[in-house]
Amino acid sequence: MSRLLKILFFVIFVKPLVFVILGLNIRGRNFLPSQGPAILVANHNSHLDTLVLMSLFPLSQLHKVRPVAAADYFMANRYIRWFSTHCIGIIPLERTGKTSKQQLFAACHHALDNQDILIIFPEGTRGDPEELARLKKGVFHIINDRADTDVTPIAMHGLGRSLPRGEALFVPFNCDVIIGPELDKTDSATQFVELLLCQFKQLQACCLTRHD
Amino acid sequence: MFDIPINAFYTMMAVLVLLSVASAVQGLMANKNPLKDYSELSLRIQSWWWMIIILFVCLVVSQGTAIALFGFISFLALKEFFSIVAIRQSDRRVVFWAYVAIPVQYYWVSIGWYGMFLIFIPIYIFLLLPMRMVLIGETKGFIRSAGIMHWAVMLTVFCLSHIAYLLVLPVKNSDGGSIGLVIFLILMTQLNDVAQYIWGKTFGRHKILPKVSPNKTWEGFIGGVVTITITAAVIAPLLTPLSNVMGLFAGLIIGLSGFIGDVVISSIKRDLAIKDSGSLIPGHGGILDRFDSLTFTAPLFFHYLYYFYY
Repeated sequence: MSRLLKILFFVIFVKPLVFVILGLNIRGRNFLPSQGPAILVANHNSHLDTLVLMSLFPLSQLHKVRPVAAADYFMANRYIRWFSTHCIGIIPLERTGKTSKQQLFAACHHALDNQDILIIFPEGTRGDPEELARLKKGVFHIINDRADTDVTPIAMHGLGRSLPRGEALFVPFNCDVIIGPELDKTDSATQFVELLLCQFKQLQACCLTRHD
Repeated sequence: MFDIPINAFYTMMAVLVLLSVASAVQGLMANKNPLKDYSELSLRIQSWWWMIIILFVCLVVSQGTAIALFGFISFLALKEFFSIVAIRQSDRRVVFWAYVAIPVQYYWVSIGWYGMFLIFIPIYIFLLLPMRMVLIGETKGFIRSAGIMHWAVMLTVFCLSHIAYLLVLPVKNSDGGSIGLVIFLILMTQLNDVAQYIWGKTFGRHKILPKVSPNKTWEGFIGGVVTITITAAVIAPLLTPLSNVMGLFAGLIIGLSGFIGDVVISSIKRDLAIKDSGSLIPGHGGILDRFDSLTFTAPLFFHYLYYFYY
């Protein structure tokens, strides 16, 4: 039931919005993992980020793609909770800092065991439009515990103009989606974050809509 | 079922035959040299099929559908323009009003209000956008932003909407009909691109604008213009009210201005250090890469025709 609802939501609303009203410049599509367990990490500028990344997958796979999202925001009340769970299929994550690492990522591990594809925004927040904030280390702690999961970096640009944080007016712009090859394994969380940052910078250089 | 003017119908069939020949030749070439990579050419021709089928279907279905199609193309082109240039974050609400101009402009086209169609963007939108910018109040980069936005709206909405206005002009050649004018303009403009490319590839020696487009040559430019001038002189009386001699000059206008439209968009891309303006049309690039010439040929052909015949 939830799977059908998600497909309908994407067919009627999300895919037309993403591919017709916005329009994507996709590079490196062949790097996109075709099946889980896998983790996509991307920079975060807008609520649209999640919808764009999920739209890259065929409808038949949609139920396997699970964005990891802040519980305090996306489970805030029953309406948002219903939408987040049934239309998007998020994995809620506590941002309070009170839970232990093991407990914090239990749902992520469960989903990966289930061959799902996770979407994680390591900045942890949308932040200022089109600015890369400090990357958090959670992704490293998830993959460090498992050998079967690779991390695919994706740089996006343009959605911070279309629908930035704190704005209600949606303005269409083309969006760059640059997908890179799987990240190499690293020994420490610091190395991982450095490698990821370096990858993001390289991928951003391929953006058509970006000016530095 | 559909009441297609006879010469417009034959022209559409001829275009489909031409495209089939292109597909067949490409297939044969790929078969003959299996080692060479023809995927780019194949994509290009495939995209031509899609574009031409969409255009023909919309033209045949109804006038309203065709006008809506050109409005949608203006939207895609304007969006692509705003996406590649450096627009300030504070301009997004101004950009919103630029988008609003599209349905309004095409509404004037659909009701055939010629005066409003002509002045709406050069006067009302021209004055509205800076007013909206002032209300936001960000003065750093104001002149640059205002310039970019006006240029974008003029090229992609005002200029391109002239194609649609051809559809609402009174029919003066019933064998070509109103869609005959649109087919003539688009066919000549695109053939001009192709002809300049082929002449340039075959005989190109002397670079014409080395700083802008290193691959463009005098031989390609002149060959293209001559080809289109002659073709237009032959075809114009079939599809349009133009006589052979008037068609000759229409071809000259389309050949010359099509080249200029092409290199103007090329200069924009070169300035931004990008190769394509987008990736909407596989094998071609973005929508601006395909409609670059039409932004110039459409208004110039339209007003040439309008001055002498309406």
